[in-house]
Amino acid sequence: MNTELIGIIATFLLTLIIAIPLGKYLAKVFAGEKVWTDFLKPLENGIYKLSGINVKEQMNWKQQLKALLTINLLWLVYGFFVLIFQDKLPFNPDGNPGMTPDLAFNTIISFVANCNLQHYSGESGVSYLTQQFVLMFLQFVSAATGIAAAVVLFKAFRDKTATQLGNFWEFFVKSITRLLLPLSVIVALILTFNGTPASYEGKDQFISVQGDTVNVSRGPAAQMIAIKHLGTNGGGYFGANSAHPFENPSYLTNMVEVIAQTIIPIAMIIAFGYFIRRRKLAWTIFGVMTIGLFMLMIPTLSSELGGNPAIAKMGISQATGAMEGKEVRLGPAATAYWSTLTTVISTGSVNGMHDSTMPLTGLWQLLAMMINAIYGGCGVGLLNYFVYLIIAVFISGLMVGRTPEFLGHKVEAREIKIAALITLLSPFLILAGTAIASYVFTNHGNAAWAVQPKAWLNNPGFHGFSEMLYEVTSSNANNGSGFEGLGDNNIFWNVLTGVIIFLGRFLPIIGPVAIAGLLAGKKFIPESAGTLKTDTKTFALMTFAVILVLNALSYFPALALGPLAEYFTMLK
Amino acid sequence: MKKYIIPSIRLTLVLIVLLCILYPISIALAGKFAKGKGGGEKIVKKGKTVGYAMLGQSFTKPEYFWGRPSAVAYNAAGSAGSNKGPSNPDYLKEVQSRIDTLLKYNPGLKKSDIPADMVTASGSGLDPNISEQGAAIQIARVAKARKIDEKKVKELVAMNTLKPLMGLFGPSSVNVLKLNLALDNL
Repeated sequence: MNTELIGIIATFLLTLIIAIPLGKYLAKVFAGEKVWTDFLKPLENGIYKLSGINVKEQMNWKQQLKALLTINLLWLVYGFFVLIFQDKLPFNPDGNPGMTPDLAFNTIISFVANCNLQHYSGESGVSYLTQQFVLMFLQFVSAATGIAAAVVLFKAFRDKTATQLGNFWEFFVKSITRLLLPLSVIVALILTFNGTPASYEGKDQFISVQGDTVNVSRGPAAQMIAIKHLGTNGGGYFGANSAHPFENPSYLTNMVEVIAQTIIPIAMIIAFGYFIRRRKLAWTIFGVMTIGLFMLMIPTLSSELGGNPAIAKMGISQATGAMEGKEVRLGPAATAYWSTLTTVISTGSVNGMHDSTMPLTGLWQLLAMMINAIYGGCGVGLLNYFVYLIIAVFISGLMVGRTPEFLGHKVEAREIKIAALITLLSPFLILAGTAIASYVFTNHGNAAWAVQPKAWLNNPGFHGFSEMLYEVTSSNANNGSGFEGLGDNNIFWNVLTGVIIFLGRFLPIIGPVAIAGLLAGKKFIPESAGTLKTDTKTFALMTFAVILVLNALSYFPALALGPLAEYFTMLK
Repeated sequence: MKKYIIPSIRLTLVLIVLLCILYPISIALAGKFAKGKGGGEKIVKKGKTVGYAMLGQSFTKPEYFWGRPSAVAYNAAGSAGSNKGPSNPDYLKEVQSRIDTLLKYNPGLKKSDIPADMVTASGSGLDPNISEQGAAIQIARVAKARKIDEKKVKELVAMNTLKPLMGLFGPSSVNVLKLNLALDNL
C-alpha cells in the first residue's frame, strides 16, 4: 500500500485513540465528577466571580436558551462595530481598510455562528486586532456555545424527570477552560514549532532568487489555527486557509489539524453515552455516523485518486491523483480525506481548493453538509442528530402502532412539530437560497453591485451552478468552506448568506434543546416489553434510512443539476 | 433576557483577557524559541533574505528548477488557488499550454512522464514543493543550462528530497527553493 493511504488510515486511528478517552473525560467534567484537570477550578471560580455569575443557580431549558441567545447577541453587536472601524483601531500593521457594512454583517454572523464563511481574505481584509479580538475570540466562544447547548441535552436525559438542567454559564466556561483552551495551547505549540508564524510582526519584504520583490503576510496565525480546528470553526488566518504553507507547513501539521477538528465531535457522542449512563446508545450513534462517513469518504477518495479524466486525455500521468488546487506536501489522498471530514463536521477549513475537485467529490461534499449530522460541529452535530432520532422514533412508532417514546419519555405532537420544522428548515433555506441566486444571476446580470451577478461564477455551465449551491449549502450547515471561485463579496451574497447562516445556526440549537427540555419534564415511563429500544441495530438502521431518505428526497434535483450533470458531461 | 445582559458583558470582558491576550501572547513568546522565531523560517544568503523556506517563489530561468504553476504568481501577501473547475474549457486550454511549454523547454521529454503537479496550480499559489517526478523531468535541462554533469544535479535533487513522514505517512516532496540555492552554491 502506498504511503498516502497509510497516512490517512493512521490519521483516523489516531483520532479514535484520542477522541474516545476524551469523551469519557468530558462526561465526568460536565457531571462535576473528579478529574485531573480540577486544578483549574480556581481559574473558573475567578471567572465566575469577576463576571458576577452564580453557577449554583439552576436553569430550565428556557432560561438556558435565554442566556445563550443574550450573550450571542452581545457578540454580534461588539464584533460588527470592530469590523467596521478596524482601520481606525490599533494593531493594524498592514494598514488594511475597515469593512463595508454588508461584509461586516456577513462576517460577524458567520463567526458568531461557528460557520466561518469568509467573504474577505485574511491577508488584506482584517487587522491583527480583528483576527484576535473578534475572529479568534468567537472561534472559542461559538464552539463553547455549541458544546454547552449539547450539555443541556445531556442533562435532560440523565435523570428520570428533570426540569432543572444545570447552569448554562458553567457548561460554557468549562468548555473553554477544560477543553478548548488547553487543547489549543498544545496544537498551537505544535504548529509554531513546525513553521507556522505566531509572532506579531507585520508584513515582510524580500528580493527573491530571480530578483522579484515579494511581500509576505505574517502574524499570530498558529494561535488562531489551533482553535479554528478544535472548535470546528474553519476560518483561516490566510486566504488559502490550511492549503497555505504557513497555516499547514507539513504532513505532520496536516495530521494534527485534521485530528484536532475531529476529536471533539466524536468525543461529544461518547460523552453523551457515559453521561446519561447509556453507553450502548452512544456506540450505536457513533456506528451510524461512522458508516455514513465511510460511505462519503470512500467514493471521494476514489474520484480524487483517479485524477481528472480531461487531463488524462491530454496524456499526463496523474500517478497520485488530481492535483489542481492541491499541495504537493499533502497529496491528493490527505486532501480527499480532509475534504470529507471538513464537510461532515461543520469545520469548513480546507487544505485544497474544493472548487477544483472532481464533480463527484463535489457531490459528496455537498451531501455531507446537507446531512450535517455525521459527527457534526462542536456540540451542534449531536443536536442535529437528535432531531433525526426524534423523527426516526416517530416513524417507527407509527409503523408498529405504538405511542413513540424516547429514553422513557413520551414523544408527543409538540415535540414532533418542532422536529419536523427543524428538518424542513434546511431544504427550505438551501433550495430557496439557491433558487433566488440563480434567478438573480440569469435575470439581473447587470445589477450594479460590487461584483455584478453575470461575473459571479468562475466556471461556466453546471459547475457554475454548483458554486452557488455550495455557497448556500455551506451557509446553512454553518460549514464555511466554499467553491471559492464564486464572486461573493457583494451585498447580495453578504446579506443572503448572512441571513441563512443566522437561521441555520440558532433555530437548530433552539429546536433540539426545546424538545429535550420538554421531554425531560414529562413523567418517566419504565422500560417494558413494549418499549421501542433506541440502541439496537434495527433502530440504528431505521435512523440511517430516515437520514438517507429525507436528504435524498430533498436534494436530489439540485444535485442532479450541479455535480451530477457535470460528471456525466465529462464522461463523454 | 435583561437578567443575563450584565453577566454576558462581564464574562465577555474576562474571556477577552484570557483568550485574546494571555493565550496568544504566551504562544508568541514560546514561538521565539522556534525556527524563524515565530515569524516564519527565512532563508538567508550573503546576509540577505532571499525567501522563506515554506513559501514557493517564481522560477522561470532554464538553469533553475521550476515550481508549480501559481494562480497568484507566488504573491505571498495574497494566497489563493485558481478555483477552476475540472471541466472548465478555458482551464483545460491553460493546462495544455503548460504542457506545451514544458515540452518546448525540456527537449526529449515524453508527455506521459509529466506529472500532474507540474501542469496544475497549487491550492495556496505558494506551494514550495514539486514531486520527485516533477524534479526528475527537469534534470537534463538544468544540467545543460549550467553545463554540469547530470549526475551531480541528480545527487542534489536526492539530497533535497523530503521523504514521507517517518518513512511511512504521506507523499515525498522536493523543496524547489532549497534545491535551486544548492545548485547556485556548486
